Amino acid sequence: MTNNSTAILDAAARFRREMGDNLHDKLTEAIYADAGQIAARAVSSGEQSNGVNFGQFFDRLVTSRWFGFPLMILLLTVVFWLTIAGANIPSAMLGELLQGTVYNLLHDFASSLNAPWWLSGFLIDGVYLATAWVVSVMLPPMAIFFPLFTLLEDLGYLPRVAFNLDRLFKRAGAHGKQALTMMMGYGCNAAGVVSTRIIDSPRERLIAIITNNFAICNGRWGTLILIGAIFIGSTAPPALASLIAATSVVAIAILGVIFTLLVSAFLSKTWLKGEASSFSLELPPYRPPQIWQTLYKSIVDRTLIVLKRAVLMAAPAGAVIWLMSNVNIGEASVAAHLVSFLNPFGLLLGLNGVILVAYIVAIPANEIVVPTILMLTLNMAKSGLAQTGVMSGIDDDLQIRQVLTEMGGWTLLTGVNLMLFSLLHNPCSTTIWTIWQETKSLKWTTVATLLPVVLGIAVCFLTASVARLTGLI
Amino acid sequence: MTLDKLKMGRTAVVTGVRNQSTERRRLYDLGITPGTPIENVMPSPLGDPIAYRVRSAVIALRREQAQLIDVEE
Amino acid sequence: MSAHAETLNQCGSCASSCHHTAQLTKLGLKIRNWDYTVALAGNPNTGKSTIFNQLTGLHQHVGNWAGKTVTRAEGAFTLNGKKYKLVDLPGTYSLLSTSVDEEIARDFVLFGQPDVTVIVADATRLERNLNLVLQVLEITDRAVVALNLIDEAERNNLTVDERALARDLGVPVVPMAARRGAGVKELLNAIEMVASGQFSARPHRIKYADERLETAVETLAEQLRVEFDNLPNARWVALRLLEGDENIINAIETRTLGKVKEAGAFPSLVESEAR
Repeated sequence: MTNNSTAILDAAARFRREMGDNLHDKLTEAIYADAGQIAARAVSSGEQSNGVNFGQFFDRLVTSRWFGFPLMILLLTVVFWLTIAGANIPSAMLGELLQGTVYNLLHDFASSLNAPWWLSGFLIDGVYLATAWVVSVMLPPMAIFFPLFTLLEDLGYLPRVAFNLDRLFKRAGAHGKQALTMMMGYGCNAAGVVSTRIIDSPRERLIAIITNNFAICNGRWGTLILIGAIFIGSTAPPALASLIAATSVVAIAILGVIFTLLVSAFLSKTWLKGEASSFSLELPPYRPPQIWQTLYKSIVDRTLIVLKRAVLMAAPAGAVIWLMSNVNIGEASVAAHLVSFLNPFGLLLGLNGVILVAYIVAIPANEIVVPTILMLTLNMAKSGLAQTGVMSGIDDDLQIRQVLTEMGGWTLLTGVNLMLFSLLHNPCSTTIWTIWQETKSLKWTTVATLLPVVLGIAVCFLTASVARLTGLI
Repeated sequence: MTLDKLKMGRTAVVTGVRNQSTERRRLYDLGITPGTPIENVMPSPLGDPIAYRVRSAVIALRREQAQLIDVEE
Repeated sequence: MSAHAETLNQCGSCASSCHHTAQLTKLGLKIRNWDYTVALAGNPNTGKSTIFNQLTGLHQHVGNWAGKTVTRAEGAFTLNGKKYKLVDLPGTYSLLSTSVDEEIARDFVLFGQPDVTVIVADATRLERNLNLVLQVLEITDRAVVALNLIDEAERNNLTVDERALARDLGVPVVPMAARRGAGVKELLNAIEMVASGQFSARPHRIKYADERLETAVETLAEQLRVEFDNLPNARWVALRLLEGDENIINAIETRTLGKVKEAGAFPSLVESEAR
């Protein structure tokens, strides 16, 4: 600090003492006084319409003591129910087209060119098929879910959710704005982590960063919706299947909120001690959403961006999976070695080796977990059955279920634990990088990366043990 | 009385904001200045925070913040 | 039809503004060698981002809540042969508190010295929005008020006399219903007028009837001008110093006063812990 700047600050402090401490108040009051006068001259109001009261009525309902939380859960369930019920048929059609017709055409084309087996295998069974999986499995649910979610967002419902949950966040020693960063995390955790910048206190900001991963991101909704539909929904009578599947996804989302609160409370009582600082949250007026714009925005900004990312990741992942499955070390392929190495640990957690390998391959993008699992399961089975072409025939949920249960040996427990693990595992590499960028702290980046995996392993082990002890499986 | 005691649906006038901190600044910047009418619009399902209407915006304040604000009905 | 809708229609049909939009090219993110910088400020939930998207052709998705944009979003457009860079600032109620989003908005308006600052105000909640408008006018006189949501105001039976408002504020006031695209041409027209200096503003300034304050402000402002050359609005900085604004005090101590934080260059947690 130079002498001059010290002099300036000293002079300022002297004037401050002379004039008293409430200058800010006086200035603010002066501005509001002027604002009031100017507004009074410019605005004239006629009779109040009923629109305002409708908004208020609606607000009292969605934040009411008895209906606030049930309505929140109901709304989420309806959104997922529409997604699951609506995505079924287009998913099957896309699957038939991409994994059936186009896949066969590509192979026919390759054999007409006399392409060597490894080249067509690498490109068609590896790169192409992984990409096709991602598109057919993820596109339909996303194209339904994102517009619905964006609609809720544009309507102004999300600040009401933050309002409803604020008390719980306060109890957990977390900043009220953490609920808002969580909402951002439901789109993308990397974006959620960046949005924690709105939290001023470093302590509370770190808590928000570490727990953001418990908000299920775009890349994981697809996995949850699919597994919920084929493992949980199928346990119910057909008429109720979609509803039950939707409920299971909502349950996982709520579990995510519970983990957010528990971990926040834990952190603010241990390494990041402190009281919650206060904040003010505006509940903006409800605005009629613009349906077409919402559709456009959610498809361009969300669905296509997520899909693009998934496809970009799926192509190289497909290549890696194909290579792993076709390059042999000794008797078995690399993939087989890896899977059998991780299998005992996976089974202990109620998962399996394939799932764990898939989660390693999918570190760059959660979107490709299910396609990776399917390809690996098929390749593992294939190496035993020694037949080709099996994998092209899967084009709807029923067949996916068949592949997983018959070839992969999945049970209801595997499905449930995959959903739990989908909630509780390390953030994707983009998010980890973002956490590092935002914290510049190796320690907190490590904590934010490993804490969810450790929790995931513990929770999966617990459910698996309970299921085994009670003889449920 | 303080703002947290104001009943739902009732309007009072701000007479002052206690505490000399950034918290007071924030409340002032939201337009909670002496002489401003403020209405308790609704509580959240768990009773805290409470949403208040002040200068035609609805703003949620936690109880500790509302306790800093003196009002007169 | 109410008075506002008529104004909108009249302006919308007049030849000059049609001419202007004929020249509008939305450049999205392609910014290089711009002629003018335009800052976009406003309270949260006033439709700021809608206007940003209308002008740049980008579709930045922003939800309906406060504090969602934490960094500055940038876009560009050309108008009548000139290139404009448009900077979307975080939505804030004030420029005087201590939160990060307010600091970013304030630093840009003050030190970034935009050629035009567009302040988006919600016509349905004018009094609250005027708080920020008046604060910005304290910093800069190159401003335009975009009086948005005029259609919502009509639905609530509120009539806003934008001419009286423009007279009181001393800067152009453009009534808009940005979601329908109404008023965009007029806004562009006003931005061009202010940017090119064709419109000279006489902005509303708060009067502080206190001689001691006046002396203090002038003394400090003079010292600041000597110490920090190119300080755009020394009086405003002096006032913040008198209020005991910690960010400004900090900036003087570290001699970073006047430097605009780059978008993305956010103080890391390690740094802020050390502070």
